[in-house]
Amino acid sequence: MNELVVASATTQREGARPLDAVSFADVKYSWPGPSPFTLTIETFELRRGEKLLLLGPSGSGKSTFLSLLAGIVVPDQGRIDIAGTDMAKLSGAARDRFRVDHFGIIFQMFNLLPYASLIDNVLLPLRFSKTRRDNALREGSLDIVAKRMLLALGLDETVIATSKASSLSVGQQQRVAAARALIGAPEIIVADEPTSALDRNTEGAFLKLLFTQSEEVDASVIMVSHDESLEEHFDRVVRLTDIAVSQRGVLS
Amino acid sequence: MMIVRLALQSLLNRWVTALLTVLAIAMSVMLLLGVEKVRTGARESFADTISGTDLIVGARSGSLNLLLYSVFRIGNATNNVTWKSYQDIASMPEVSWIVPMSLGDSHHGFRVLGTNTDYFSHYKFRHGQSMTFASGGPFKDLFDAVIGADVAEQLGYKVGDKIVVAHGVGSISFVEHADKPFRVSGILAKTGTPIDRTVHVSLEAIEAIHIDWQNGAPVPGESISADQVRQMNLTPRAITAALVGLKSKLATFKVQRRINDYQEEPLSAIMPGVALQELWGLVGTAETALSVVSAMVVATALLGMVTMILTTLNERRREMAILRSVGATPATVLGLLAAEGGLLTLAGVVLGTVGLYAGLWLAQPYIDHTYGLSLAIDPPRPDEWLKLVSIVVAGFFAGLLPALRAYRLSLADGMMVRI
Repeated sequence: MNELVVASATTQREGARPLDAVSFADVKYSWPGPSPFTLTIETFELRRGEKLLLLGPSGSGKSTFLSLLAGIVVPDQGRIDIAGTDMAKLSGAARDRFRVDHFGIIFQMFNLLPYASLIDNVLLPLRFSKTRRDNALREGSLDIVAKRMLLALGLDETVIATSKASSLSVGQQQRVAAARALIGAPEIIVADEPTSALDRNTEGAFLKLLFTQSEEVDASVIMVSHDESLEEHFDRVVRLTDIAVSQRGVLS
Repeated sequence: MMIVRLALQSLLNRWVTALLTVLAIAMSVMLLLGVEKVRTGARESFADTISGTDLIVGARSGSLNLLLYSVFRIGNATNNVTWKSYQDIASMPEVSWIVPMSLGDSHHGFRVLGTNTDYFSHYKFRHGQSMTFASGGPFKDLFDAVIGADVAEQLGYKVGDKIVVAHGVGSISFVEHADKPFRVSGILAKTGTPIDRTVHVSLEAIEAIHIDWQNGAPVPGESISADQVRQMNLTPRAITAALVGLKSKLATFKVQRRINDYQEEPLSAIMPGVALQELWGLVGTAETALSVVSAMVVATALLGMVTMILTTLNERRREMAILRSVGATPATVLGLLAAEGGLLTLAGVVLGTVGLYAGLWLAQPYIDHTYGLSLAIDPPRPDEWLKLVSIVVAGFFAGLLPALRAYRLSLADGMMVRI
């Protein structure tokens, strides 16, 4: 099993703490069902404050990897530590709480509740996470904090005040999603191809804004994509095929 | 609080389907409560067809038969009561008043009742209400008639019109008392009882139109003119039935027994309330059927709601994945959907109840006037409250069905669903 770390020139930032945000050790997981799919990851680390791009073609096990990372599924073998906690040891509901405490998640698209206001969309995780609510409250009232975050991500004031999520462009929606992922300063931002629906210019601008804000709260960012041209934006690039073995069919 | 707000916003986002669902439930609740109201209204109207009368006396027969022909003008008497028996009963010390009734003739299918003017003051209906005249007044002349509201309306009669009474009770009669026409002296206000469909004349008039008849047919060559008959003794030989009021209700059983044991001829005395209950027991099966049908309509509406929630579930997988990604547990998702079912049902029940009362308030005067059915506008009774609450609870549990499915989906999808 080969572990390959492609480190870019600007890897270790000075502020990064030694503790790993994420660490996988000898993880093995099989999807149950008629067409089993097994993913094995010997070791994987995400350092605190690191911006990591995980490259992988579709079908290479990205979804399974993300499910393991976010604690949606629990490995059959091995151990996954998130900020020093073994998620497998937590109960289902506790994992849900743990997830919202430590992760901000951005989907490929359709991230928002279409009928809710932008502010409500951004504040959503704070309703489930006391830690993040307390973090946000330290900076002011929740509405103000949410608004400030949206402004920082480049949405203008009239849009924030008057729009429903459904009336936004895709680029604007992804910014709101980023604001939601970042609010309350979770340690890890997981982005699942968040820019795939954006054009090049918007993509660059989006990533720049995302990173500015993630650095502000010292969050690690792990972004999954199949687009190698994104490499320049990240501290480190990892190919899923280099860290993981995926196998169709039952494992012998 | 925000979660509740989001649930509401989510519903508002699907307001057309949600509204239709609420309307369907509201309609079913209206039907359920409405049937209940009509049921009780009908039962009360029915029980109130006659009140204030302690005993009905007729020739020996079953109590239902006597009630049917004397009060509801259905069917015929088996036999008559002689005038002497009538006078004997009238002279009993316990008897406060007695009104004779003589049936057997008709006018265009409406029964003709021979009685005296006491009838108008003693016959009570609907909690002791008395008859009132819409126009004109009680009969003064021998050939005066007082007609019920339906008779006047259907035949277009007004005070002063001449009418001819036919022998027998069919709607088409070949034997008429054409030689002795009556004048409409009064029209009664609508009562919602068989009175509306009755032509009232005096007992003497009944005697007068039959004076030259024998064995149910006019005797040829022996016709007596209307003017001649006024000079004759018109004391009736027999009547069909009599309504009796007692001085004290305590004496009811005693008087009833004495009449039933009357030696001169076989008589029956019945208590109208008891006979009415007996009769309602026969009709009552229909009301049970109505209740069952309306309960089934409610079940159908709830099924519709479940279908609605289930069909929107797929579109909402994304919504649930978002909620899951921000920390909502599958249990929260379950709760949200179950709450949605409960909420929709609650809205439907409230709307239906309000709608029913609004409808009752609007339609009550019309229904009362047209059908003589007085529908009470009173707050839901305990058993009705129980029904309403049960519907909401059932709605909540019906909502659990799609919720459980959503729960399973959301466990399987996690938050990585790509749609």
